[in-house]
Amino acid sequence: MSAAFKNFMDWIDARLPVTETFEKHMSKYYAPKNFNFWYFFGVLATVVLVSQLFTGIWLTMSYVPTAEGAFASVEYIMRDVDYGWMLRYMHSTGASAFFFVVYLHMFRGMAYGSYQKPRELIWLLGMLLFVALMAEGFFGYLLPWGNLAYWAGQVIVSLAGAIPFVGEDLAVWVRGDFNISGITLNRFFALHVVLLPLVLIVLVFLHILALHEVGSNNPDGVDIKKHLDEDGTPLDGIPFHPYYTIGHDLPAIVAFLFFFCIVMFFYPEGGGYLIERPNYEPANPLKTPELIVPVWYYTPFYSMLRAVTFPLFGVDAKFWGLVVMAGAIVIPAVLPWLDRSPVKSIRYKGLGSKIFLAVFIVAFFILGYLGTKHPTAERTLIAQICTAIYFGYFLLMPWYTQVEKTKPVPERVPS
Amino acid sequence: MRERSANTRRRNFLIGATSVVGAAGVVGAAVPFVGSWNPSARALAAGAPIKLDISKLAPGEILGPLRAWRDRPIFVVKRSEEMLMKLNSRNDRLADPDSSRPQQPEYAKNETRSIRPDILVLEGLCTHLGCSPQFKPVVKPEQFDTEWLGGFFCACHGSKFDLAGRVYSGVPAPSNLKVPPHYYESDAVIVIGKEEGVV
Repeated sequence: MSAAFKNFMDWIDARLPVTETFEKHMSKYYAPKNFNFWYFFGVLATVVLVSQLFTGIWLTMSYVPTAEGAFASVEYIMRDVDYGWMLRYMHSTGASAFFFVVYLHMFRGMAYGSYQKPRELIWLLGMLLFVALMAEGFFGYLLPWGNLAYWAGQVIVSLAGAIPFVGEDLAVWVRGDFNISGITLNRFFALHVVLLPLVLIVLVFLHILALHEVGSNNPDGVDIKKHLDEDGTPLDGIPFHPYYTIGHDLPAIVAFLFFFCIVMFFYPEGGGYLIERPNYEPANPLKTPELIVPVWYYTPFYSMLRAVTFPLFGVDAKFWGLVVMAGAIVIPAVLPWLDRSPVKSIRYKGLGSKIFLAVFIVAFFILGYLGTKHPTAERTLIAQICTAIYFGYFLLMPWYTQVEKTKPVPERVPS
Repeated sequence: MRERSANTRRRNFLIGATSVVGAAGVVGAAVPFVGSWNPSARALAAGAPIKLDISKLAPGEILGPLRAWRDRPIFVVKRSEEMLMKLNSRNDRLADPDSSRPQQPEYAKNETRSIRPDILVLEGLCTHLGCSPQFKPVVKPEQFDTEWLGGFFCACHGSKFDLAGRVYSGVPAPSNLKVPPHYYESDAVIVIGKEEGVV
């Protein structure tokens, strides 16, 4: 380091804790040495977030948030704006990629018990991020003003109408009109490009801050802070920078971007799953598309909404569908208090936890598939069974994590 | 100077009082933010009542869906004699054949759910999740119902309604299609969106 640069940094550090912050969060942040494949997805989610922010800001430069102009402006971006097609496909592919990496990231946390004490707040902040991300995706989905987007928005806002007594008025208030209209589009635009991105950025910041306060979990669920060297650094930890930044995450980001580009350049519509066919038709308030399905990342929850077909306690089925769907989204938040196991990682948990987790994942995939299809009697029955499994995984957890026989967790990270 | 000791009671009182006033201020400040989400004057004006000429409507035909009152699809159907005769033949298949739920104005709470027996006026939004049902007037076996007697079918989630907009039982939609407020200005002109005599 040259003397001039050192002087410059000293001048800065006396006024702004740049070096101190870098050391605390990067070069002297000790992460367990046994991170594996599943530890890529947090950083990948951050990469996608940054990409979405930039492509999103650039798209607003040509997009028109009105009922008359929205659809045409998207086509204008696709045809007449230089690189407009690429910015749009980066953004639409990025939306799917965001949920893809976030779902894997959440699965990692569930499998390795990363939500357990002392990481409950990291998990809760993560759940808030997930809900905010779902809202962000929903508001953004209406903006191209395609016909499926319009009617999907209509269906979801109508859900508010299922709430007894206040529902109808609430739906009118959310729409700002008696039906989804340009007014609704305009406010969804404001929420999508200003409010929710701010919320997401603040939550990501807090999520990482809480993580760095308690330190990362690892695939073995071993507490690396129990064995420190004479300087007080964990024996099984390595500095996040450069070992994980350069050695672990950078190759992962390159590999991820490789797959991202394959989708973005060659399959931007994803066979109708990433951008659906009816969305190439402008919104038509008089004509509902034949099949209303949400984008793939909402389909498991949409399936659970539709699975409730019977009224209960004199209240309509659609209200209970709403309750079940909202419950399904929120229930993972209480995982830290449902898991009574003395061990964190699935590697040392008993057979019960392993079977429940495996069945849960299968049920989640089946629900996701069913959500893309027309409901029939058989499909509805399967969806009902899978919904029961989904909730069973969580609600039975206090029982099966307590009765099962766990394996002993090693003192140190196994090498 | 005299040594002061904290008067905890007074301090707590002041903290409590300022918190209450502060909270009231927050509630007050929220009013414009919440209020601005109500339908604007323009949205209300666009949702004003409309007049329709139904003189050219032939029996068995539908006028619409029209993007009419409150920007919602409006169905105006002129039912034929035959349709009306069959209308109450299979009430056992309906969830609410007597229209006991408040899905229509009082003057449409009858066997045909209409003012004039032949003319049916509906809001064309499914009471399930707001998709717009399709008009399927022909009596024939359909994919969704082998004993179809004509009516409306919502492809979104498979809800079925008869030719008076009454919901079948065992479908996702909980209630009958809504009949909007309407009246006849003359034989040929129907006003949708307000009651007769109401300004």
